[in-house]
Formats: sequence, structure tokens, C-alpha cells
Amino acid sequence: MAPLLSVQSLQVRYGPIEAVRGIDFEIKEGEIVAFLGANGAGKSSTLNALVGLVPVASGTVTFNGSDITDWPPETLAPAGMTLSPEGRHVFGTLSVAENLLMGAYSIKDKDAVSDAWERVYTLFPILHERRDQFAGTLSGGQQQMLAVGRALMSNPRLLLLDEPSLGLAPKIVGQIFDLISLLREQGVTLALVEQNVSMALNIADRGYVLSSGKIVAAGSASELSQSDALQSAYLGGG
Amino acid sequence: MDLFLQQTVNAFALGGTYALLALGLAVVFSIMGLINFAHGELMTIAGYVLMYCGLAGLPFLLSVPLAISASMVAAVLMERIAFRPVRNSSGATMLVTSFAVAMILQVLFQNLISTRSQPVLLPQLLSDSVTIGGLVIGVNKIAAIVSTLVMLVVLDRFMKHQKTGIAMRAAAEDFGVARLMGIRANTVIAGAFALSGLLAGVAAVLWVSQRASVDPLMGFMPVLKAFIAAILGGLGSLRGAVAGGFLLGFIEIYLAAFLPHEFQEFREPIGLGIVVLVLLFRPNGLIPSAALKAIKV
Repeated sequence: MAPLLSVQSLQVRYGPIEAVRGIDFEIKEGEIVAFLGANGAGKSSTLNALVGLVPVASGTVTFNGSDITDWPPETLAPAGMTLSPEGRHVFGTLSVAENLLMGAYSIKDKDAVSDAWERVYTLFPILHERRDQFAGTLSGGQQQMLAVGRALMSNPRLLLLDEPSLGLAPKIVGQIFDLISLLREQGVTLALVEQNVSMALNIADRGYVLSSGKIVAAGSASELSQSDALQSAYLGGG
Repeated sequence: MDLFLQQTVNAFALGGTYALLALGLAVVFSIMGLINFAHGELMTIAGYVLMYCGLAGLPFLLSVPLAISASMVAAVLMERIAFRPVRNSSGATMLVTSFAVAMILQVLFQNLISTRSQPVLLPQLLSDSVTIGGLVIGVNKIAAIVSTLVMLVVLDRFMKHQKTGIAMRAAAEDFGVARLMGIRANTVIAGAFALSGLLAGVAAVLWVSQRASVDPLMGFMPVLKAFIAAILGGLGSLRGAVAGGFLLGFIEIYLAAFLPHEFQEFREPIGLGIVVLVLLFRPNGLIPSAALKAIKV
């Protein structure tokens, strides 16, 4: 079976700076794939390029059989791929319910939107409790739940999560990772950028290790957790 | 006391018009970071449509929606032709583009219509006045206040309860993430321009109703004032634009009414001085926008 997402020689540049230097990877239906590496390794740039938030300098991105390399961001949620961005970026001046409604923006059928709301409120009862509150007034953990919930509203086949545990208390981090396993059971394919390496490898099927914009190691989660490449990618060696 | 109440009514009428114009500027600015100085020319277009409709003998009740629609269409065309190609450029590039659009339109009005002020036929009713509780109030003032209130309520409901309105608020806060949700940039921006055209059109009808004339540079002064009002209120904040518009209207009317005779010459600088004073204490305006707060260091 063809992979759900396949990426060939992806390059991302910010002016003269090359953030991603020609990487190849793929994600199969039903997998959780972790992207690991130190700050500035190019993980977020990769995810942002997939959804069109930053331009692809060269290379091709194929999602679900279509070449989506140059698709603008607004076309990807309807196509089934969405990103929960780093730093949450919930709409602080919109209510929780309005934030979720925006996540379902591309769904025209009202019943389908209600179903999506229902699903997210079941996953995160706290969001239902706070549905009329401005998102800006939520705690960091609740905002992260809202960001993930908002991304789920479009019923994605592939969900990209950029640093979902960043800045959260350990207990909340546990909840977020429990949620990720739950989503996999519901049939969502996930790509995960994460600083918390042990948690990420605990939950992921496979992983890619990035360093200075290149993939320096790839393999199953258990292979990676024993490999030296991971350590040197974080400690700056190699 | 009567004079004070009378002037307060005037201040609401003028402030309301400034508020509508400032809102039009703010809607576009909040979404794409453009200060559209050609906003005034949208007013002028609506003014000329009113004039031609009057010449053609159309009833005023038909001329008004035509004038407002013309301004909306012009706003959307302006975006499509002039601003879309520079959408991702710096704020300065877009600002200069808006000056160019304003000047081109002014020259067109001067050459194709007239450099001189043209009379606009208005219904007699608008220049009548009514006596309410001892106050003599012009019908045009009442019309201005009522229209402003109706527009503000309609806009508020649109922004809170319509999916497109909520999307515009989301886009104003974080355009990139809004696009991630599937909110189309072109739709939101065209919507913002249509809305600003609607507001400019209504403001133009109110403006012309007080003056009964239109000239090629008609839109310049009110939009300059609206720009000041938008900054006073907090650039990019919709509530701020309304607050700033009303405050500026009050400052101007009260200064004109109550400043001693020998100071009247300095009315405008004194008014702007008060604005600067307010900004000294509230540098981000009366009601700063949320997006501004986010990037503040």
C-alpha cells in the first residue's frame, strides 16, 4: 500500500538560511511517527512546509495520492491533513466553542460539525465546561487541549502535532500522550514533533532524527532509543 | 444646559460617522495590516452616485442603497486590482499603494466629473428639524445617530454569530493559523473590503446629508480624522475604532462650541493635542487590539 504521506528531497529556506536540506520520509496510514532533534534541527520547518505555512524551496510532498507541494494552507484541512502548531496559537479573543467551530470551517454539513464538537467535548470534558470562555483565559494545558481539539474538528486523516507537551506540567503531559494513543485507536495517523524524547519514543512506532536540517537516523522507536545518533543529535556531536 | 445637550447630539452624529469610517479602516487593517487611505475615495464614489441618482430623479430611498452598493463594489475591486498584488509586501508598500489608489481616483473624479463641488439633491425631510424635550434636532442628525447605531449592532451580530464574521476575527488574530483551519485568505480579505466599503458608503450618505454637496477631495478629511480616531482607539481594534471615533467627534464638537472665541483659530491643534495627551497615557489606544498585545515586547 502506498504511504499516506511521502516526502522527497524537501528543502526549506528562510532567505540565505537553509533550515531543511533535502530530506525524505514517509508516513503510513495508522502510524505514529516522531520527529526528534535539538532546537533548530528543522523539525517545525518541516511540518510547516507540509501544510504550506512556509514555502517549499524544492522537493515534492505527496499526500493521499495527490502532489500537495505548493498547495496553500487553506486547502489542506479539507484534504484531510492538519497541524496543531507549536505554541498552541489558539484564537485568544474567540470563545472555546468558536475556536472549535473555526477548526471545522471547511465542513459545510451542520450535523457533521455537531458530531465533531461532540467528539472533541467527549475527549476533553473541560473544554465543554469552558465552552463560552475566551480561549485566552484558559490555562496552558487547556489551551493545548483546545489546539489539538481544534485540529481534530476537521476530522483529519493525518494530524501533525508540533510540540504538544511544550511548557506543560508533567501531569498534563501524561494526559496529552494518553490522548495521542487514544487518537491512534480512533484511526488517526499522527506525526509528532517532540522535545520529550522518551515519551515520544514510548508512544511512536517509528521515528526520524534530524540534525541541522538533515535526517541523521531513522528506524523503529525501539531501535532509535538504543542508537547513538539520537544522543549526538541532541548533544551536538557527530 | 440646552446648548450642551444640543452639542452632545451633534457630537454623537459626527462621532458616529467617524466611528463608521474608523471601523472600516480597522476591519481591513486588523486582517491584512493595510491602512487604506483610499477609503475616503470610497466615500467620494458613494457621494457621486448619490449626486447622479438625484440628477436622474431617482427617489432618495433608492439612491442610498445604490450609493452604498457602489462603494462596496469599488472596495472589492480596489482589493482585487490594487492590493492583492502587494498583499505580502511590507506595511509601507501597501500604504504607498493606497495613496496611489486615492490619488488616481481623485484625478479621475476631477477630469471625468468636475474639479468643483457639485450639489447633491436631498429630500426636504433631511433639512427639517424636530423639537424633542425643548431641543431642536435636525432630522439629518437623528438619521446619522440611528444609522450608526443600526450599523454597529448589525456588525456586532455579524462578527459574533456568522461563521464568516467569526473567521474574520480569527484571521485578524492569527492569519496563518486561520488559513490552516481552511479559512480562505481571499474570502476573508475580500469580505473585509466589502465590509469596509459598506461602512464607507453609509458614512458617505451621512456626510453628504449634512453638506448637500460632493467634490473630488470630499473623502480626504473625514478619512484622515477616522485614521486619527482609529489610532486613538487602538489601531486594529474594532471596539477601539468605535470608541476613538466617538471620542474624536466629542472633542471636535465641544471645542467648537465651548472654546473661547479668541482660541477658535487653534481648535484643530488643541483637539489633536488632546488626542496626543490620551495616547501619552494609553500608547496602544483606548482599547488595544489583541493581536497588538501578542507582539508587544
